[in-house]
Amino acid sequence: MNWTRAWLRTSVIGHRLAGCGRASQTRQPAVAHSASSGSNIHRDTPYNNEQMTFEFTEENYQRIEQILKKYPKNYKQSAVIALLDMAQRQCGGWVPLAAMNKVAQVLEMNPMRVYEVATFYTMIHRSPIGKYNLQVCTTTPCMLRGAYDVLQACAEESGAEVGGDSADGLFHLMEVECLGACANAPMMQINDEYYEDLTPESAKRVVRSFRDGKPLPKGPQISRSNSMGPMGKTSLFEEPPGPHCREL
Amino acid sequence: MWRALTGRTALPEPLRSAARRLVSQSRCLSAASASATPSVSAAASDGKEAWRASNAERTFGGLQDQDRIFTNLYGEHDPLLQGALRRGDWYRTKDLIGKGRDWIINELKASGLRGRGGAGFPTGLKYSFMPKQSADGRPNYLVVNCDESEPGTAKDREIMRHDPHKLVEGMLLVGVAMGARAAYAYVRGEYVHERHQLERAVQEAYANGLLGRNACGSGYNFDVYVHYGAGAYICGEETALLESLEGKQGKPRLKPPFPANIGLYGCPSTVTNTETVSVVPTILRRGPDWFASLGRKNNSGTKLFIVSGHVNSPCVVEEEMSIPLRALIERHAGGVRGGWDNLLAVIPGGSSVPLIPKWICDDVMMDFDALRDVTSGLGTAAVIVMDKSTDVVAAIRRLSYFYKHESCGQCTPCREGTGWLWRIMQRMERGEARMAEIDMLWETSKHIEGHCICALADAAAWPVQGLIRHFRPEMERRIREYQAQAATAVNGEKTATA
Repeated sequence: MNWTRAWLRTSVIGHRLAGCGRASQTRQPAVAHSASSGSNIHRDTPYNNEQMTFEFTEENYQRIEQILKKYPKNYKQSAVIALLDMAQRQCGGWVPLAAMNKVAQVLEMNPMRVYEVATFYTMIHRSPIGKYNLQVCTTTPCMLRGAYDVLQACAEESGAEVGGDSADGLFHLMEVECLGACANAPMMQINDEYYEDLTPESAKRVVRSFRDGKPLPKGPQISRSNSMGPMGKTSLFEEPPGPHCREL
Repeated sequence: MWRALTGRTALPEPLRSAARRLVSQSRCLSAASASATPSVSAAASDGKEAWRASNAERTFGGLQDQDRIFTNLYGEHDPLLQGALRRGDWYRTKDLIGKGRDWIINELKASGLRGRGGAGFPTGLKYSFMPKQSADGRPNYLVVNCDESEPGTAKDREIMRHDPHKLVEGMLLVGVAMGARAAYAYVRGEYVHERHQLERAVQEAYANGLLGRNACGSGYNFDVYVHYGAGAYICGEETALLESLEGKQGKPRLKPPFPANIGLYGCPSTVTNTETVSVVPTILRRGPDWFASLGRKNNSGTKLFIVSGHVNSPCVVEEEMSIPLRALIERHAGGVRGGWDNLLAVIPGGSSVPLIPKWICDDVMMDFDALRDVTSGLGTAAVIVMDKSTDVVAAIRRLSYFYKHESCGQCTPCREGTGWLWRIMQRMERGEARMAEIDMLWETSKHIEGHCICALADAAAWPVQGLIRHFRPEMERRIREYQAQAATAVNGEKTATA
């Protein structure tokens, strides 16, 4: 069990458990199999440790107030994903431990419950990533239309390896599962925006436009409108009919 | 599709057996056809193959523009309130609410609408399971599943970004039908723009008195809240969605208790698909007869089809149910790349359903029953087309990876089994396997299927089973080739050493 002890020594969660006198009960580290990739273990670093503090901005506190109105008063916990997302945006794309603890405090949750959520969902990053997160979908519908070539092109243009950052810290490259824009495959998401109907060339163009600070418009990168077929539409030629209702 | 399948268990006891029958059909069929290909012999009771378009009483498809529900599918018009009003949304909603809860449910039952999330459970029946009266003061909740993430599926996205008021009005009417006091729309985290659009539509509806206290002046109080996730396919499963909505890891709950008894926040809840909810106002306004007149019996209505993969013009299109697959691809998606004869196989309903080879695609209709008859499923009507250039084993291997990645890790057969499937499939792709391992792969998938809390495990097993059912010769060829190569290499080495 040496590795367990080693883990308990290095991890913040381990410190907590040890401090509570419960370390002997933890047979295994909480390295749960999760839907997200990457390690679920927190290791202290100079920029991410328990001594650091995090505070939401005043504007965000107002937004939190609005968000909490959506849920019953005794179920504040429902807002945890929204708050983690907010913290992630405030911190520039990742959620430090201090922010998770802050979320726990705001929502009156046990911090462990916040860590559970943060490790489960793929969109929450627990270590810093590049400014622009290139998420290339490579699931079968995109794969059939050449998503791996797009991924390769993105890696070449951005200088980042899959799962890593570029040297200039501008890009993070990820291979992700279906993003739900399959009629516009292959596609990638850069931060919040979808770039669709890519070819290796147009993907490079899009990545370059972000590097130049003048991002191309989102959406299809070929001449088509949304999910209308590139060969033109085959339905909805008439003007939509006006209000109509049968005799009730 | 699998996520909606779990809805089968969300039923009161007397109806569960019926629902189980509905779902288990696909399983029985896949088991029955374990033998040789082509094994699809699913004949209707009268002896003729009912799945064939050539055996149908009329040719389906060719939906007229006036019968389309989603009139702003491509975003050519104003998606927000002014445009929505011009397109006939929110028209006489007050009167529809005034007709009452039972009327709405009966109209939905008469329309023959079946859930658009995949399992195709009759919608009116599902909505009628919600308790009529609260014995203990717990409110009813409607939860709309906008967590669209089934590979191949991109229909709810079009609704949310281009016709959000159809969804919002649908939520109100379905909420009335369930006696719900509020609706939560759970939008997937990646759909940022779509979520904002939906939020905007909800705000507009509140500002115009269409939601909130005395919604539409009907005297009914109803709230709509937009919630979002953070990237987990499993959260589309109804109980995982509820867990996620409650701020926990999205891990499916064991049933019973069913959500209709104890769901969101411990209150009676029903989770339902975005498209199902969005078509409700139009059905109520135009009448159930109109809806039932489209499509084959028991498969009525219109449906958003998503055609992706190796077609000339991939698109999302609204068509009549029971349209022949070939007509759908050729009329709306510009045909298969390189012509129809270049077709290899199609996954007709999103990644969770087994693929069907060309000879079935030639004549199959796109509806729940026809596709079930050919041991596949309509699922979410996400048609993934593969032409002859496709490495079909690789395509399914990629899906196996998807399920391995998205398994929540709660049940052992799924957590471990999806990884097994993926690793075996990786070897199958190279042919680095023994012949007997094809049967072992089949057996493994059978051990995973039906042994877990939710149907993600089943969904992981089905594509692999479909591959073995229809492409076993291809898998065997790879194994033989690999073995031959290995033998040559060994012989070559021996000669070299000699």
